[in-house]
This record gives sequence, structure tokens and C-alpha cells, in this order.
Amino acid sequence: MSSAVVSASRLGVTRGLLEFKQTLVTPAELFWTLLINVGYVLVLYFQRNRSVEGSSLALLTLPSILGMAVAFGGAQGATNVLATHREDGTLLRAKAIPNGMVGYLVAQLVVISLTTVFGIVVVLVPGLFLIGGFPSAGAGDWLLVLGVLVLGLLATLPWGMIIGSFVKSAAAGFGLTFLPLCGIVAISGIFYPITALAGWLQGVAQAFPIYWLGLGMRAALLPDSAVAAEIGQSWRQVPMIGVLAVWSLVGLSIAPSVLRRMARKESGATMQERKERALHRGY
Amino acid sequence: MTVMRELGKPARSAAPADEETVIDVRGLRMRYGSVDVLRGVEFTARRGEVLVLLGPNGAGKTTTIEILEGFRMRSAGEVDVLGVDPAQGDERWRARLGVVLQSWRDHHKWRVRELLHHLGRYYEPYATPECPRPYDVDELIEKVGLAEQADQRLSTLSGGQRRRLDVAIGLIGRPELLFMDEPAAGFDPKARRDFHDLVHSLSDLEDTTILLTTHDLDEAEKLADRILILAGGHIVADGSADQLARRVSAEAEVRWSRGGEHFVHATADATRFVRELFAQYGEDVAELEVRRATLEDTYMALVHRHESGHESEEVVSL
Repeated sequence: MSSAVVSASRLGVTRGLLEFKQTLVTPAELFWTLLINVGYVLVLYFQRNRSVEGSSLALLTLPSILGMAVAFGGAQGATNVLATHREDGTLLRAKAIPNGMVGYLVAQLVVISLTTVFGIVVVLVPGLFLIGGFPSAGAGDWLLVLGVLVLGLLATLPWGMIIGSFVKSAAAGFGLTFLPLCGIVAISGIFYPITALAGWLQGVAQAFPIYWLGLGMRAALLPDSAVAAEIGQSWRQVPMIGVLAVWSLVGLSIAPSVLRRMARKESGATMQERKERALHRGY
Repeated sequence: MTVMRELGKPARSAAPADEETVIDVRGLRMRYGSVDVLRGVEFTARRGEVLVLLGPNGAGKTTTIEILEGFRMRSAGEVDVLGVDPAQGDERWRARLGVVLQSWRDHHKWRVRELLHHLGRYYEPYATPECPRPYDVDELIEKVGLAEQADQRLSTLSGGQRRRLDVAIGLIGRPELLFMDEPAAGFDPKARRDFHDLVHSLSDLEDTTILLTTHDLDEAEKLADRILILAGGHIVADGSADQLARRVSAEAEVRWSRGGEHFVHATADATRFVRELFAQYGEDVAELEVRRATLEDTYMALVHRHESGHESEEVVSL
């Protein structure tokens, strides 16, 4: 790597930190981030007094929600960022300056990761108060949470970028990721045990990262007795790492060429078309 | 107007031919599907020139400029920008170019100085002793007239201010060559005037070569050292505004009235005709008006000729 590329990557990190800070001080964006996560906290609130086999239902749900939040943050966050920036011309700007694309991509990785972590903290902190903490979780378990978080971002973020490279607008990107993700969440054992579902649905769910992210978080934070509700009464850590690693590797190997192709096609004329379409839509 | 132009900018149109060539385009063709937009575009630009690419909507101005910027692949032809084929231009080449984009709502949460400072730093590895990069941010902000807005968020800028920022972003790397596609579109008259002053100051003080597109004749006439008219997929005219006007129509139109009756006469030598007119009728001549072909007349004539199918391959070159 040339020194210019290294310095552009460093600029990307600076840029990412600054943009993350900007989202925190922009009331509208902060409001949306908080709103979604407050929704999760409400779910936990209503579940706090219902108990399943001796433990609070909220205790069982919280780790799964964290796993789901990683997938949403990575996949939907990246799709949204890329589609928005293609539409508003941020990407074209990056293309017009030397190594601007490198800086741009590094920055967005930083922003998306930080935003995801921020969302998780927003759910986790009130969640911990509601359930009175995870009694069985030690330092090593929290380290596993961090590991699942990193692996989850690697498994989902590149796919978000790939989808964001194809969609015609940010709105289309939202439609293309949000509903399918909700569908997958519904069958991935996030809000109730996956073992309650039909066998073939369990099979479908296990092809996607969300189930495994939820499982990884549960493995880290729940007491060992909770394993009874899992498929095969096992935390299945090796398959968990395996499936997430496959999603990561495939995503990471496809994303660069997709992004390059997308960047090559960006021009003032295509930007102008998008702008006119957006103005025509009225937002 | 004409006289002022010639006094104000004497040297450039008479630049020696051996001056460094910054842009060299030969036989450039672009085809979208079965439509040929560019059918053999040829022109060159010398160091320090302000070149205006003029043409009706859909003539391929944006396509041409995007090919030169390396944003679009051409169908055929040879293109050389700062000694490099834009299709193969690397980041080192990119650092020598400035591209003024028409921004819309990107970076709306950034502040003016913050964004210029950030974007400028990408040029640092490409600084040379002769060409310090990037530009000093505050100096540049001053130059484009955004000093009062330096700490404002982009979302609070007016359209004209935003466009001046676009120009500043194009300049931040101290480019040798600056591209601007319809830079003054959507400006109010005041903003347009400021923008024209800015372009003049750039080309006068720095050795920046500028290529800009417009469909505004008045703007072309005010800014250009040389005007290229693109119509029917070719460059149909190449010269200064005056040269173009004289080339297409050498005749001037003389109008006057005498005893309440109005007259019009077309002549190649208006001065002599008017002198004779006065010699003959003296004080009876009233409402005298001499009108030379304007750039607009020239433009309409050329574009009409090339779009109505009476297309000749001849380029009006001067």
C-alpha cells in the first residue's frame, strides 16, 4: 500500500469519528436511533415479570435482541449509508479526490460500527437495570459478546454495502433490507425459542446470521441451564463461528469488486438523474 | 463591451502555439446504445486558458467533460489530459485535477471550514515544492467569499453559497486543470456576477486551466478565452467570442431613419457606410444604430446549421 493510501485510511478514521459525533448532536438522527432502541427496551419492560422455567423472560430475550441489533446495524446500516450517499452525491465527491474512496469507505466502516455499538449500549444499559443484571456472566462472557459483535459486523456489513451499491434510492434500500430482515428475525428465535417452530423453518433460519448472532449472545450471557431451549440442547459455538465466518468471507470477497463497479459508474449525470427523481418524489 | 473585452484580456487568445498542451482530444466518439452522442470531437486546451464548451441541451457537453474527468468511458478516440489517458488515470493524476460538482445535499452536517480542511488533506501526499498542496483553507474561503459562513453547517447555506463552496472544493488541491459542468446554473444575477469575478481572478492570478460547460451565451462570452461550440456531435466552432461573430457574419446591420422613414442596410464596412450616409444627408439622419452579429446570432446560425441536417464537416477554426 502506498503511503497516500495509508494516509487516506487514517483520514477515513478521523472522518468516521467526526461523522459519528455529528449524528450524536443531530437531534433528528439521535431521535430515530433512540426510538428504535427504546422500542426494544419496552419489549423487555413488558416481559420482565413473566417467567419461563424460573428465569425472567426479559433475561432470555435481551441477549437475542443484542444479536439482532448487530445484524440490523451492520446490514441495514450499511445499505442505508451507501444508498443515501450515492443519492446525495457524497460518493461522487469522494471519487473526485485522490484516494477519496478509500477514506470514504474506512469512514463508513467506523460510523456503522460505532452506531451499532451505540444502539447496543442504549438497549443494554436500561435492559440490565430491568433484569437486574446477568448473574452468570463473567468477564470472559462479556469478551465473547464483543467477539460475536465483531464477527456479526463482519458477516453483515459487507452485504449491506453490496445491497446499497445496487439499489436506486435510499428508500428502495430500506424496503429491500428492512422487511426481509424482519422476516428472518421472526423465524430466528429472537423473541421466542426457535425450537417452537416447524423443522423446515428452523432450517431456513439457520442459513442466516441472525439466528447465530442471537445464539452467540445467549451462549455468552445466559446461565448454562438455559441451553435446554436451544436446538440440540447445545450452544453450538463451532457452527456459530463457522456460519458467521462463511458469511463474512463471502461478503468480504464480493464487496470490493461490487463497490469498485458501483464507484466506476458514479458520475455527475447519474447523480443528477437521482436528484431529479428524488425531487420529483418530493423528499 | 467588445472593446472592453479586448483591452481586458489581450494576451490569452494570442497565446503561442508551443505553449504546454493540457487537454488534447482527437476523434472522440461516444455511443449510447444506438445513439451517437459524440461523433469525432477534436480540440485542445493550452495551459492557463479558460475554455468554455457551449452547446444546446443534449449536445453531449456533460458526456465530454465526464470523459475528460475520468468518470466515464469513451467509445472511441484519443484523449489526453495532463499527459494521461483519463481512462487510465491514477490517484496521482487525479490529485492534479479539480472537479466542481453541483452539490445538492451531501455533507449537510459538516461545517464549511471543517469539510474543506478534511478534503484538502487527501492532497497532502501529492504536494511538491513548486506546487504546495492543499490550498490554505482560510485563504480559499476568503477567495470564494464564504468567510462569514466558514463555521456554518452546509445545510444552512444558500444555493449560491453552496455553489461557491463547490468551487472551493474543486480548488482545494490547487489543481492544474479545473473542470466545471454548468457551474452557474441556478444562480441569481448577483451570485452569477460574483462567480464570474471568481473565475477571472483564478485564471489571472494562477496558471489554472479551466474547462467549463454552459448553455448560457452571455456567460460564455464573459468568461471564455476561447469558446467551443458542440452541436450534432462535433465541435462546430472554436475561437474567441469576437472571432466567432466575425467569422459567421462579416456583415453589420445599419439602421437609421430620415424624415420619419426607417431604413436598414447590411454592409461589410459599416464605418465607411455611415460616413457616406452623413456626407450625403447630414443632419437628416436620425436614430442611427449599427449592429454587429452577436455571439447569439453566431450561435443560433451554427447550431441551426448543424442540427437541421445541413451539416458540413467544416469546423470554423480561427
